[in-house]
Amino acid sequence: MTLKTVLLGTCSAMMLAGFSVAGASAETLTIATVNNGDMVRMQGLTSEFTKANPDIQVNWVTLEENVLRERVTTDIAANGGQYDIVTVGNYEVPIWAKQKWLLPLDGLGDKYDMDDLLPAIRGGLTVDGKLYAAPFYGESAMIMYRKDLFEKAGLKMPESPTWEFIGDAARKITDRKTGVNGICLRGKAGWGENMAFISALNNSFGGRWFDEKWKPQFDQPEWKQSLTFYASLMKDAGPSGASSNGFNENLTLFQQGKCGMWIDATVAASFVSDPKNSTVADKVGYAIFPTKEGVANHGNWLWSWNLAVPASSKKAASAQKFISWATSKEYTQLVASKQGWANVPPGTRTSLYKTEDYQKAAAFAAPTLAAMQAADITKPTVKPVPYTGGQFVTIPEFQALGTTIGQLFSAVIAGQSSVDDALAAAQATATRDMTRGGYIK
Amino acid sequence: MARKVTTGARIGWTIAAWVVALLIFFPILYALITSFKTEQEAIAGFSLIPSGTFENYITVEEQRDYFTPFMNSVILSVGSTILALIVALPAAWAMAFAPTKRTKDILMWMLSTKMMPSVAVLLPIFIIFRNLGLLDTRIGLTVMLMLINLPIVVWMLYTYFREIPGEILEAARMDGAGIWQEIVYVLAPMGVPGIASTLLLNVILAWNEAFWTIQLTTTNAAPLTAFIASFSSPQGLFWAKLSAASTMAIAPILILGWFSQKQLVRGLTFGAVK
Repeated sequence: MTLKTVLLGTCSAMMLAGFSVAGASAETLTIATVNNGDMVRMQGLTSEFTKANPDIQVNWVTLEENVLRERVTTDIAANGGQYDIVTVGNYEVPIWAKQKWLLPLDGLGDKYDMDDLLPAIRGGLTVDGKLYAAPFYGESAMIMYRKDLFEKAGLKMPESPTWEFIGDAARKITDRKTGVNGICLRGKAGWGENMAFISALNNSFGGRWFDEKWKPQFDQPEWKQSLTFYASLMKDAGPSGASSNGFNENLTLFQQGKCGMWIDATVAASFVSDPKNSTVADKVGYAIFPTKEGVANHGNWLWSWNLAVPASSKKAASAQKFISWATSKEYTQLVASKQGWANVPPGTRTSLYKTEDYQKAAAFAAPTLAAMQAADITKPTVKPVPYTGGQFVTIPEFQALGTTIGQLFSAVIAGQSSVDDALAAAQATATRDMTRGGYIK
Repeated sequence: MARKVTTGARIGWTIAAWVVALLIFFPILYALITSFKTEQEAIAGFSLIPSGTFENYITVEEQRDYFTPFMNSVILSVGSTILALIVALPAAWAMAFAPTKRTKDILMWMLSTKMMPSVAVLLPIFIIFRNLGLLDTRIGLTVMLMLINLPIVVWMLYTYFREIPGEILEAARMDGAGIWQEIVYVLAPMGVPGIASTLLLNVILAWNEAFWTIQLTTTNAAPLTAFIASFSSPQGLFWAKLSAASTMAIAPILILGWFSQKQLVRGLTFGAVK
């Protein structure tokens, strides 16, 4: 009797205590997001929204970037309806919009200044003339460099640097004795890691992923030139173990004064110029993404984290209300008033870059805007291509393909493979995947 | 006759045991140390000396609610363990004391389900949960955790029960005990060490389960595994905060394991020596 009583008692107690699912009183929005500074800040300010909209409550689900993609994809594909707002990149938005997984944002309200959105960013989120996601923050890529080291080496960063200059400068600045690497670039394998940089680099060398008939182009001279340049630069002037370095690792190296230059996402500028965490905060200069001599292409790196409403949400009207608030000019003002101008989400609105207070607080404002305006993801390459996207290709197969090829290229930096072998393997892999995917007839 | 163990061998084995234990425990120890470092220190390289900051714990506490996922972890791990016991106890009894010629096959089949990658059945399970309205509910996840750990529970109980002489149960039957009374009054008390260690192990497995608990929850039923996952960041440093969140998440189960280690070891080695 004792065991039976204990079991029954425990079960009943648990049923009463825990199993009841919280009942909904006000309409509750569930928002899936990634963990970064701007998103954490927005979570902290959500009470301002709920105060103004007492009939709406907000629940946050914060996940690691890849887990978020996996979760949201499963939920949307299976029509799970668990999320009312999802945080998605500009890579996914056009693909998901075409699949009818996202609802068009036609209820953002009359006050929402749509024309203020940066054209390049807005263009990447628009399908058939309809906006499917509102940008929360955006970024391009640029050069961050140590002004003091440049001065010491007698170098002056040109207004529009070429790769040839960057290569020479990096080698000149490198001082292995003091642990200063001329340049830090991404080497960690992944479609959003090393392939983001290498794709933009290759764009600026005049290369492309595919020709008009979706034939992979890794056997073309541009890829060989760009990858050889990258591998040799990393060998001569890069940090040791560069094949494991992604955004965060290079950020740390730069903040610790171990990189003469770092070419990466513009959002990094706010980190490297933050005196609280960076030992070189007052020594950083900025310049636009380099080009190759004679090729007019700055890489066309453009990324934005955006808020969208999945088609499975049953609270689309409230969700759009929240998105309208979170991506508005008023939200920018709110962040500025509570946490200072340097902390407002960058890269989405033209008006921000016209604000004097922002320009004063963020030395990187002008170069960021210049980088974003130089990026065009609708025409990312010199030669014609059948796809859009700057540092990625907007097709569903790209995540897997990009990561596989990223591994091949990372092995080159690690000294485990040659440029020729890696390119040959990339060509074979891409040809196989594109044939299987039905792109190559 | 017992083999004679020399002092040298004893010291050697003791050192070896400490080295192995330290190797196994090191990742947890390093996470604990890292949680007291600044983000810069955390990513700077290997170091066992932190600056001793509590900033990460404060940030973790400020940014996320710890109590709700903690309670969810408690409810899910204890609930799934009790459910598993209710199902596994009669199953293990039947297999141990009334085996058929297919019993071994059934046991092997049950174990083979553990070999399947979880992601292979993600979509069907997700759709079943959606249709039954079980997504992000503690009931749904409790049942899920019970099901994935059931093979191990059945196997462990089966192994313990096999050590109990069938004659004792026969005697109970001759005294007029029914099946239920036989299990509750005779088998369960005799198998207490085995049942206890099975329960403890199941609580630990359910507490640490990080695939289904992340895939099938959003906010209401999300346990501490989802809490940890939320601290990984694509841009910006996060190792120290992630370590603080991990330490907070594993501390309760680590303490439970520490206090019950004697019971756990006793149960896990039960029947190993006849």
